[in-house]
Amino acid sequence: MNKIIDFKHGQAAHCENGVTSNLLNFYGIKLSEPMIFGIGSGLFFSYMPFIKMNGIPVTSFRPLPGVIFKRVTKRLGIEVKVQKFNNQNKSMLELNRLLDQGIPVGMVVGVYDLTYFPPAYRFRFNAHNIIGTGYENNNYFISDPVMEDIEKLSKEDLLKNRFAKGTYRPKGKMYYIKNLPENSETENAVKKAIKHTCKDMLTIPIPFFGLKGITTLANQIEKWPQKLGEKKAKLYLGQIVRMQEEIGTGGAGFRFMYAAFLQEAGKLLNDPNLYESSKQMTLTGDRWRDFGVLAGRIFKQREKSENAYSEAANILRDIRIKEEKVFKDLQKIIKA
Amino acid sequence: MKKEDVPQHSGNLQNGVKEIQYAVDEKGNYTQVKSVGWKPKNDALKQAVNLIDELIEDARQQVISGNKSPVFFYMHLKQMDYSILKQYTGFSKIRIKKHCRNKAFNNPDNNILKKYAECFGITVEQLKTVPQEPVKSLDYNFNFKLENNQTD
Repeated sequence: MNKIIDFKHGQAAHCENGVTSNLLNFYGIKLSEPMIFGIGSGLFFSYMPFIKMNGIPVTSFRPLPGVIFKRVTKRLGIEVKVQKFNNQNKSMLELNRLLDQGIPVGMVVGVYDLTYFPPAYRFRFNAHNIIGTGYENNNYFISDPVMEDIEKLSKEDLLKNRFAKGTYRPKGKMYYIKNLPENSETENAVKKAIKHTCKDMLTIPIPFFGLKGITTLANQIEKWPQKLGEKKAKLYLGQIVRMQEEIGTGGAGFRFMYAAFLQEAGKLLNDPNLYESSKQMTLTGDRWRDFGVLAGRIFKQREKSENAYSEAANILRDIRIKEEKVFKDLQKIIKA
Repeated sequence: MKKEDVPQHSGNLQNGVKEIQYAVDEKGNYTQVKSVGWKPKNDALKQAVNLIDELIEDARQQVISGNKSPVFFYMHLKQMDYSILKQYTGFSKIRIKKHCRNKAFNNPDNNILKKYAECFGITVEQLKTVPQEPVKSLDYNFNFKLENNQTD
């Protein structure tokens, strides 16, 4: 028994962007990872000291898992089918049924039992996205945007990951494209998406989200060494750098990816103002990188000065000022 | 960030997989660049792995000193906590906590042992003891050795 779909795998920085881009590409809609990210309004910031994972507050540079795919398909008028399962056996039968019809299937999985994954990345993280592109005997072919090529995964391991336990249980969640629109208007989708991102970053009236969240984080970082003690303060700082860089952000908490999107959007909408916004966004990305370097020096104890935490906080304050200008400019550009 | 400035700081963390980064080329156009890693990021990941290993070693010591049962050790070794273990085994948290206490685990029911062993992916025999020496989670679980002494 085997079925192998002729599927073009593209590597991406981030799994959800990559899966969306690769799935659309299969159906002839060619959008780069940055375009998917931008159209999905994937740029966000939240710092939520009241939600902790492994005792460390959650910082995030993106919206909730699944949102990017949902927004992109909705904004482009693409009809999708999303399913969850209680029965593990049924979830595999349904997967095979679709693959047999030549339909590539997106799946939400855990990564702890992804045997082909870099071992140091195998945490109990349950919001990874992959595409099933076929099967042969007991193995499935997997297009995983993190990896450079299509990988193989045994049926048992695929099942373990599809029904991984912990936070955000995937419950066998899978999704695929059902219908394409006759003509989708990318231009409008791009405008709508930029507006949405500006609103998210500028106007949420709660100080943990968007740019207000960055200020809140800056104010808290300054207090960490006294409040938490050295060890915990370093762990908190390390976690921010992980979210900023390690979770497939393409660098600087998605800022470079968003700048790449603005550049492509400028071409698409024929608006040079967007190129300028792209450049400004790159500069804020460079500042996030400065923050990462300094944070790294602090938690590796290369930086001993007592002011280091304040310095880190000041970089974030500078980022906030710079990003505020970018998003306000973008609002004007899109309105015009 | 410029293309030529994309950091290429290898640790063995990515196990040979290169990651996509976005940077601008000489004409100012954004392009994908593959990277083997970046030092602050590598260090942050190592910090997270070391934290897990510290918890595992602490759990191992607590089993040896008789405060906790091996279930407590394997829970940490497999990066689980009470609520993940609850979801996998179907036991209530109160029961699991009881099973994690040494005294409660003196005469365990074989079916309970089997369930934990299956959940941890080990044998019932293994579940009755803990390793003599400290273990590294990546090494034990995935046969992977993290290079901790990366030079700057």
